[in-house]
Parts: sequence; C-alpha cells; structure tokens
Amino acid sequence: MSLTAAHSVVAPSTNSKRIAGVLVVGYALISIVPLLWIFATSFKTPPDSIAYPPKIVFQPSIEGYCNLFTTRTRQTPEYINALGPATGFCDETVRKRNMVIAGPSNFLPRFVNSLIIAFGSTFCAVFLGTLSAYGFSRFKVPLADDLLFFILSTRMMPPIAVAIPIYLMYRELGLSDTALGMILLYTAVNVSLAVWLLKGFIDEIPREYEEAAMIDGYTRLQAFWRTVLPQATTGIAATAIFCLIFAWNEYAFAALLTSGTAQTAPPFIPTIIGEGGQDWPAVAAGTTIFLVPILVFTILLRKQLLRGITFGAVRK
Amino acid sequence: MLNRTADNAARATPEPLARKIRGISDKGLAWLFISPTILLLLAINIFPLFWAIYLSFTNYRANRPNEVVKNLGLSNYRRILGDQDIWIAMQTTAHFVFWTILLQTVIGFTLAWLIDRKFRGHAFWTTIILVPMMLSPAVVGNFWRFLYEPQIGLFAYAISFLTGIAPTNVQMLSNVELAPWAIIIVDTWMWTPYVMLICLAGLRSIPEYIYEAAEVDRASNWRQFWSITLPMALPFIMLAVLFRGIENFKMFDMVNLLTGGGPGSTTEVASITLKRQAFESWRTGYSSAFAIVLFVAVFGLANIYVKALNKVKQR
Repeated sequence: MSLTAAHSVVAPSTNSKRIAGVLVVGYALISIVPLLWIFATSFKTPPDSIAYPPKIVFQPSIEGYCNLFTTRTRQTPEYINALGPATGFCDETVRKRNMVIAGPSNFLPRFVNSLIIAFGSTFCAVFLGTLSAYGFSRFKVPLADDLLFFILSTRMMPPIAVAIPIYLMYRELGLSDTALGMILLYTAVNVSLAVWLLKGFIDEIPREYEEAAMIDGYTRLQAFWRTVLPQATTGIAATAIFCLIFAWNEYAFAALLTSGTAQTAPPFIPTIIGEGGQDWPAVAAGTTIFLVPILVFTILLRKQLLRGITFGAVRK
Repeated sequence: MLNRTADNAARATPEPLARKIRGISDKGLAWLFISPTILLLLAINIFPLFWAIYLSFTNYRANRPNEVVKNLGLSNYRRILGDQDIWIAMQTTAHFVFWTILLQTVIGFTLAWLIDRKFRGHAFWTTIILVPMMLSPAVVGNFWRFLYEPQIGLFAYAISFLTGIAPTNVQMLSNVELAPWAIIIVDTWMWTPYVMLICLAGLRSIPEYIYEAAEVDRASNWRQFWSITLPMALPFIMLAVLFRGIENFKMFDMVNLLTGGGPGSTTEVASITLKRQAFESWRTGYSSAFAIVLFVAVFGLANIYVKALNKVKQR
C-alpha cells in the first residue's frame, strides 16, 4: 500500500502525499462548514435564514446585527408612518417589518461582563500562577508533588458539583451574580492550568541566570524579577491566552451563578429570541462577534496549542 | 527606580547579613509565592467541597433555607445506588463517552497520520481543523440546534440530499433514537482536532532512525505501522483518551443547550441529572451526595491520568 510508505527512509511518495492531502483538506472543509454557516446566517434576513432549501446565495443584510443590539416592539403602520424619517439603516430595516426600536438590548452589557470577567480572572490566575510556578520550580517545597496534584485535581471536579456549594456560599457572602464572584471562581479554576503550564516554562529557563545575578549582588526577588520574568514572557503570554479562552468560553458556572447584572455572553446568546422563536440571524450575529476574538487567538497560539491543552504534559 | 534603590540596599548590606536574609528569604519566598494559590483553592474549591460533603448527609433544600436541617446519615447515598434515574443517567453518560472517544480516537489518529505525510500546505489545513475545539461549546452547541432543525437546518438538508429521506423526517433532536447521536456528532466534530493534535505530537516524537533500521531489515510498511508507529504513539493516544474521558464524563454545556437532556431523558447525562436535581428540584442534600459520587469517580480517572501523564513525560 502506498499510503503506509510514509516513514520509509525515502520521503513519502508523491502519490501517498496527494491522497493524504485530499483526505485532510476534505475533512477540514467539511468541519469548517458549520462555522461558515454561522457567519453567513448572521448576514441573512430572518426569512432568508429559515428558507427551504437553505439559501447559499442571498442578499446580505445587517438586520441580524440590528436585532442583536436592539429590542423592538410591533406597531401599527399608521403609528410608524406618523413617525419622523428613519435615523439610520437599522431603524429603516426594522420599520419595514412594522416595528420600531424600543431601546438597546442586553447584548452589549453581557459582552462587557464577559470582557471584565475574562480579563480580570486571567490577570489574577496568571499572577498567582507565575508566583506558584516559580516557587515549585526553584525551591524545595515539602510535598511538592502532592500539592501539584492537589492543584490539578481541583480542575477534575464536574462544574455542576462545584456549583452547588459555591451557589450557597455566594448567597451567604452576597457574591451571587457579581463580577467579583465570577472572577474569583474563574481564577480558582484557571490557576491550576496556569501553575502547571508556567512551571513547565520556568523549568526550561536555566537556573544559572539567576545564580549569576545573585552572585552579582541581586536578591532572590530581584533575580526573579530581572532574569526569570523577562525570559518567561512567551510562556506567560501563552498561559494568559489559554486562561482567557477558558474564562471567555465558560458556560456552566455562568448559567447557574449569574442571572442578570453579572451574566456573561455564553448564557445570554441562546436566550436571544425574536417573534415566534429563536431569532437565528441575531443569534448568529452574536455568535460571530463572540467567536472572532478566539479565532484570532487560536491563530496566534497555534505553536503553543498542544502544550496548553495537555496542561504542559506534551511539548513540541 | 525601585530596583535601583533595592540594588543599592543589596550592595550596602554586609555579606554575612545578606546571606542570612537570603537564606531566610529562600524558604520564606517559596511559601510567600505558593500560599496565595493554595489559599484561594482552599477557599473556592476545598471549603465548598467539605460543605457539599456535609450537605450530602442532610435533607437540606436550598430553596427553603429556614427549614430545620435533619441529619440523614448515609441514606442519600443508599438512595442514589437504588435510584433508577441515576442508573439510566450513568448508562447514557457511558454511551456518550464510549462513542465520542471511539470516533474521536479513530478519526483523530487517522488525520494525524495523514498530516504526518507533510503534504504541501499541511500546516495551514491543520490550523483550520483545529479551530472548532477552541470555540465555546455552549455558544457553538447552541447554534447546532439551528443546523439540526428539520427541513430548514443545513444538517437535515445535507442528510436528505445524500440519502433521499424527506428533510422533515430528519428529526435529530426530537427523535428518541437519533438524539443521543446528535450530541455525539457535535462532540466529535468539536474535539476530534484535540485528539488529532496530541496524536500528531506522538507521531512526530518517533525518531527517524527506527524506521531506517526497519527498512534495512526489510520490514513491510504494514509491519512498520503495527510494530513501530502504533506502539510508539500509544502513550499519546492514551493521554488524549484520558483527557477526553474526564472532560466528557463531566459534559454539561453543549448537551444542556442542544437537547437539555431531552427528548424525555434520552440524552440526560450525569451532569444534566445533577443540575435538574440541584437547581430544578432543589434537592440540595441528595444532589450533593450525587456530586460527591461523581467526584470520586472522576478523581479515580484523574489518578490513572496522572500516572499516564508521568509515563509520557518519561519518554
């Protein structure tokens, strides 16, 4: 079989390469279709989005984005005609459907919550994680392996199992539905990832640098600040992006522990409804806006991806 | 600025004293650096865990905080072992975990093996394949409801186009037979790249000289695959399987949005049952006991996983 010839002394044959290429590209194209469909649906009008057969060619419209950011009420044509001229594209589109814009929707505040909670918890997790990782990497910590396993094991708990006591605890402490509560929770979840990843990165920095710095008269803390941190920048950045992606994507805790003021985008997006059911173009618009930052980060991270998803167990 | 002051201070300190400070600060610094993390985890993970253990022995209901809490001893645990619904949920979870892992491992390994052929543009296509796994399972899972919609959904349309079944009959989410497969398909779509990425690392870790030696010994390609490629990539495949096993055992977000456990309870995996018991029926004590049972199960898996992880690291 020509396919299995890949690892012979000679490079894989042109034929086997070609077949492999066709199969992989085929898989990639099929797997990307749902994402392209989200993007396409976000630019469809509601009737186009539920047309049969599904429309591949359509007149693009930003109605989905209009509906995502606004709430609308149905009015009589007389009422609408009595209004002044439309103030913008969204206003005009909405009026064509016998509706007027009643105000902004909750999407923007939810999106801002997502930003605050994701960045806040990432900062805390990376800060704590860097310190602990350095501690575990450079000092003889008693029971270090047990502590590291303990840190990792906190990530093994099913989120709903954790959510029950957290729900009660936050209710007592007044942290229910607050950004602070969510930041604390996500920090606790992410710190395990941060410690494990960063320990791997810091282990790779030779101790000789700090020792040299300390012989030059720096204290341990200065040596950490001046020699270790600058060299760990790539690792810290990669870790931060992984923490950010987790906090950004998290749904279970957010759905159970937030309901209003601190709700993030993932539990909000599925609740976007229009008249007579889910407003799919608006949902797709929200999903698109929500996914784009992650797409950018994935491309930036592709070299560190393997390390991040295996808690630093596999390095390239 | 601050550093310079510290530098001067460091230089001005007499050598024996400085060594003493450093001697103390090394050990002190270690704890100073590690303790905040440990404290946070104690407060947010361990304290609630003990609270849950306490609650699991009571009849506490979170929606009636003023009621007198009765100690029930082990009866919650005894009821879980005899609860038909719990056993069905565990079976549903096992079915979901088994099929998702089987499909993801087979497809993921095959893809990795093909990509390892290093055809032109393989890096670009690998990145494309990786995209689904980085996205929010909740937000994307929610959108799959639209793709699964009979008639207007793209998935239903594609199936009817390929098989000739009427598109209104492709009821992925409301058919009792199909719904468990609907969640398996989405999970496989999302996480096959994950398995693929780890397998690819495994394949790339095999040194070229082993194949060269096999070539000298005139081992057939088939033989090389079974005697070299697969055994040497196995620890990596195992690692991927264990990671996915733990994650899918606790699966909640995608299933909750896609089917919510329905129709009926055909896709009610353990986490969904737990949510229904804890946050819909408000049987806090009972659901805490179930949560502890699940946690012990995951912890068992985690132990195996750490052992496998160390094994891979030793290579």
